[in-house]
Amino acid sequence: MKTKFATMAVAAVMAAAPAMADLVFPSLSYRTGPYAAGGIPFADGYADYFTLLNERDGGIGGVPTRLLECETGYNTEKGVECYESTKGEGALVYQPLSTGITYQLIPKTTADNIPMHTMGYGRTSAANGKVFSHTFNYPGSYWNGASGAVNYLLAENGGDLKGHKIALVYHNSAYGKEPIRTLEELQKKHGFELSLMPVDHPGQEQKSQWLQIRREKPDTVLMWGWGVMNQVAIQEAANIRFPMENFIGIWWSGAEHDVLSAGAKANGYKALTFHNVGRDFPVFDDIQKHVVDTGKAAGAGDQIGNVLYNRGMYAAMLAAEAAKTAQEIHGTADINAGQMRDGMEALSITEEKMTALGMPNFGPSFDVSCENHGGPGLVGVTQWDADNQTWSLISEFAETDQEVIGALIAEDSNAYASENNIEMGCK
Amino acid sequence: MFYREAGDFKKTYSADNQTFPIKIDRVGYYLALVVAFLVIPFVINDYWANAILLPFLIYSIAAIGLNILVGYCGQVSLGTGGFMAVGAYACYKLMTSFPDVNIFFHVILSGGITGMVCVLFGLPSLRIKGFYLAVATLAAQFFLVWLFNRVPWFYNNSASGQINAPERMVFGVPVTGPNTEAWATYLFCLVFLVLSAIIARNLTRGMAGRKWMAIRDMDIAAEIIGVNPLKAKISAFAVSGFFVGISGALFFALYLGAVEVGEAFGITKSFLVLFMIIIGGLGSIFGSFAGAAFLVLLPVVLKVVGVDMLGWPTDIVAHLQLVIVGGLIIMFLILEPHGLAQLWRVAKQKLRLWPFPH
Repeated sequence: MKTKFATMAVAAVMAAAPAMADLVFPSLSYRTGPYAAGGIPFADGYADYFTLLNERDGGIGGVPTRLLECETGYNTEKGVECYESTKGEGALVYQPLSTGITYQLIPKTTADNIPMHTMGYGRTSAANGKVFSHTFNYPGSYWNGASGAVNYLLAENGGDLKGHKIALVYHNSAYGKEPIRTLEELQKKHGFELSLMPVDHPGQEQKSQWLQIRREKPDTVLMWGWGVMNQVAIQEAANIRFPMENFIGIWWSGAEHDVLSAGAKANGYKALTFHNVGRDFPVFDDIQKHVVDTGKAAGAGDQIGNVLYNRGMYAAMLAAEAAKTAQEIHGTADINAGQMRDGMEALSITEEKMTALGMPNFGPSFDVSCENHGGPGLVGVTQWDADNQTWSLISEFAETDQEVIGALIAEDSNAYASENNIEMGCK
Repeated sequence: MFYREAGDFKKTYSADNQTFPIKIDRVGYYLALVVAFLVIPFVINDYWANAILLPFLIYSIAAIGLNILVGYCGQVSLGTGGFMAVGAYACYKLMTSFPDVNIFFHVILSGGITGMVCVLFGLPSLRIKGFYLAVATLAAQFFLVWLFNRVPWFYNNSASGQINAPERMVFGVPVTGPNTEAWATYLFCLVFLVLSAIIARNLTRGMAGRKWMAIRDMDIAAEIIGVNPLKAKISAFAVSGFFVGISGALFFALYLGAVEVGEAFGITKSFLVLFMIIIGGLGSIFGSFAGAAFLVLLPVVLKVVGVDMLGWPTDIVAHLQLVIVGGLIIMFLILEPHGLAQLWRVAKQKLRLWPFPH
C-alpha cells in the first residue's frame, strides 16, 4: 500500500511538473465557435510539427518541445485568460491566430519580454521593428496582400486599372478593416474605384452585400473573410452567378473547407497566399510516418496538405527555426523567451534550409532584421479546381508595392510610438 | 445557535436599520473588506488578477447596474453590452482628449455620460412595457455597436477601428496600459466596486429604491399612491446606466486594454450580464456579486479541471462548458427562480433556528 502510494505520488509529481528543461510553445487555438473551421487545421498543423520534431529529432537542439494548447474561441477575453495562464510556464512565443487578440497582446508581450509572431495577420505596422520590438509578422502582412491583389489585377489588365471597379467584402472588425488604408492609397495611385462592404460578425448574413454587388457589377471582388463568412460569401457569389475568376480572397479566405460547400460552382475562385499549397512535400511523409501512424496526431490526421494545415505547420517551422537560431546565438540549448526574441530577429530562411527540412520551395527565402520584422512580403495567387478538389499556385511569388506600404507602415507605427511614448530601438 | 440577533441590542433607529443587523454578518463584511483591501493586493499575481479577479469585479459592477434597472425597477433591458460600450468609448475619448486629468475622474465621467445615453433609450419605457421594452433596448444594443463601428471620430480615426488604452497613472502608479502591476489594477477596480455597491445599497433601501420597487410591483398602484412613474423610471435608467458605464470603462481601460466594439460589447455581453443577475438573484445586491462570481469562475474552474487536471482536449472542454452552463441555468430557473441570493437567504434563515428548527 505504501509503495503504491509512493508510486502514485511520484507519478503525480511527474505529471504535474514535466517542466524540466523543455521548450514551451503555447498554441492559442480555437476548435469551437464560428471560426473553428479555420482554427482546427491550423492548430493541428502547428501541433503536429512540434510532435514530429520530438519524435524524429528529439526536440530542438536536443531539448524536447512542449505544446500548451488553450482554447480561445476567437474571443479576446478568453485570449487574455489563455495568455495569463500560459505565460508563467515559460512560453517562448505566442501565435494567437486572431487580429483582435494580437492587438491586445502587443503591449502585454512587450512588457513581459515575450515575442509574438503574427504570420500574415495582426497589426501590419508591427513590421517596423524599431517601434514593435517584440512583435513579428514575417513573411507577409495584410498590406502586402492588398497590394499583391492589386498587382495581380494590374498584370491581368495590361497594367491599367483606370475605371476598374473593385468591391471589398470584409469582416467588420480590426482584421477586415486592416487593408482599407492601403487600398485607398493604391486607388489614388492606379485610379480604380473602390467600394466597401462590411459584413458583421460572424458573417452568416450577407444577402444585402451581394445584392449590392449584383447591382453595382464590380469587375473584381476582394474578400477579407474568416470562418463561416467565407463559405457564405462564396455560396452567395455563386448564387448571383458572379464570375468566380474575378473573386479573390485573402489567404484566410482560401482553404478547402471554404469552397467545398459551394461545390462545382466554386470552380475558379482565387485566393492569395504567401506559402505553397498541396501535399507534395517530403515533410508530410515524415509527419504521416512519425505522427499520424503512431497515433500522436493532434486532430483526426485527415487535414494534412490542407491550406491551413500547411500554414500552421509553416508557422511551427518558422518558430522552431527561430528557436534553433536563438540556441546558436546564446550558446545554450534551454533558451528563454527573451533569447527566443533575439533568435526571431536574427532568423534567416534560405532555400537550402527549407529543402533540408523537407519543404523545398514551400515559402520565400528571407532575413529578419531589427528594423524589418515584416519579411519580404511576397504574394502569390492560388486557384481552386473544383473537379480535382485542389488548390494550385497560378502565379509566381511576386513583389508588392513597398513604396506605398513602407510609407503607411512608417506613418502608423510612428503614430503608435508617439501615443505610447515608445523610444525607437535598433540604434 | 451562533448565528442570531439575540443579545445584539440596538439603541438607535439607524443602528437598527443598518445593512447587516446581525453581528456575525457585520464582522464577516468587515473581514471581507480587510481581506480584499489589505491581504489580496499582497498575494495577487497576473493570472489571478487578469483571469479571475478583474472580470469578477467589473462584471459585478455591471450586474449591480443592471439589477437596479431589471431587479428593482422591473424594466427589462437587453442593451447592457451597448451601454458598456458607451462607457468604454466615453472613457477612451476622455483619456485621449484630456490626458492630464486623472483616470479616476474619467471613469466617473464615462459613467455619467452612459447614464445620459441610457436615459435617452429609457424614454420609451414610459409608453411600453415588458417584452416590448426588451425589444426597444435591444435596438439600443445594435444601434450603439453600429455607431461605434461606423463613425471614425469615436475611435480617433485609427486604421483598425480598435481603441487602445494609453498609459495613465494614479498617484504615480500606472493603472492602464501594458506596464501595470496586478495589485494596482485590482485595487482600482475594487475601489469602484465597493463604492458602487454602497451607493446602490443605500439607494435601493431609501426613498428612490422604494419608488422603483413600487413601479416594479404594480405601476398603476404606484402612480395612485403618488409615485411619479416618469421620475422613477428615468432615475432607474440613469443610475443603472451610470454603473454599467463605469463597468464598461473599467472593462476597456483596465481589463482588456484594447477593444473592438462588435466583439467585446456584442449582444452576448448583454445576455451574459442578464444571466448573472438571473442566476444571482433579481433585486439583490448580494445576488449581483454571486451571479458575477458564478459566471466568471465556472468556465475557469471547468477549464482547470478538464484541461489541466484531467488532460482532456481543449475543444471537448469548451463544448462541455456550454452544456454545463446551459444546464445549470435551466436547473436554477426550475429549482430556485430567485437565484443564489435566495439560497443564501434561506440558508441564513435555517441557520438562525439551527439546531432547533421548531
